[in-house]
Amino acid sequence: MGEPLKFHFEVDGENFSSAGEASVMVKKKLRQLGFSPEIMRRVSIAMYEGEINMVIHADGGTADVTVSDTEIEIVLKDKGPGIADVERAMQEGYSTACDNIRALGFGAGMGLPNMKKYSDYLHIDSEVGVGTTVTMRINLN
Amino acid sequence: MLLADLMKRIPVKHISGDLPESFDGVYAGDLLSRAMSHVKADNLWITIMTNTNVVAVASLTEAAAVILAEGVTLIPEAAAAAEENGICILSSDLSVYELCRDIGAMCAETE
Ligand SMILES: Nc1ncnc2c1ncn2[C@@H]1O[C@H](COP(=O)(O)OP(=O)(O)O)[C@@H](O)[C@H]1O
Ligand SMILES: [Mg+2]
Repeated sequence: MGEPLKFHFEVDGENFSSAGEASVMVKKKLRQLGFSPEIMRRVSIAMYEGEINMVIHADGGTADVTVSDTEIEIVLKDKGPGIADVERAMQEGYSTACDNIRALGFGAGMGLPNMKKYSDYLHIDSEVGVGTTVTMRINLN
Repeated sequence: MLLADLMKRIPVKHISGDLPESFDGVYAGDLLSRAMSHVKADNLWITIMTNTNVVAVASLTEAAAVILAEGVTLIPEAAAAAEENGICILSSDLSVYELCRDIGAMCAETE
């Protein structure tokens, strides 16, 4: 492939309803690039969950996706409230989502567990009151 | 299974998007993170959720179609997104349970 391909998205924190648009775009790009259904599925799930978290917990942020010969890297950066206890947040079913967000179908507490399950590498860098940066990588070989 | 066969026997209406010829398997559930990881490509996804996130999840998972149960309808914004993304939306007055029961019975017959 040569030079890595880079995609940048501003993720709007206002509109819960249209959340997921960046993930849908990335999936379309990956399809055009001829990636396997398995890779597309893993990237879609991991990125969608991260994107949704920025929208519902952090008032939006940015998403940067880099496609290289060996991996797909997704970096999600927000200036939200941060996560006080990352280990606890990683537990299946743990969610601080409020009722109006749950009514939209979010808040299963499965986002972070899904991100871990479907990526090969997950790193969460978070500081309370400053923000959160999530880095995920999916190996291509 | 052929979608046309299902629609002949189970009261399911076509709302929008191209009707796929067939589907393979069913997932029922409303929590988006659960659906995201359990709806497989070519599945029918049965839900009572009606917001635009349904369209994103259906698109990302490559569901064959979404069946909205209990007669619910997509909010206008979601209907427009479904149209734009070519997501097939079906609707039924049956409950989630009744849809699962009836589609399950049909699948069992054809096996
Ligand atoms: N980007 C983020 N900013 C702040 N808090 C977050 C972020 N991502 C996740 N969290 C916290 O971690 C919890 C668990 O996240 P997740 O597993 O995705 O479940 P859910 O989003 O359904 O609540 C959230 O409820 C929230 O408290
Ligand atoms: Mg989440």
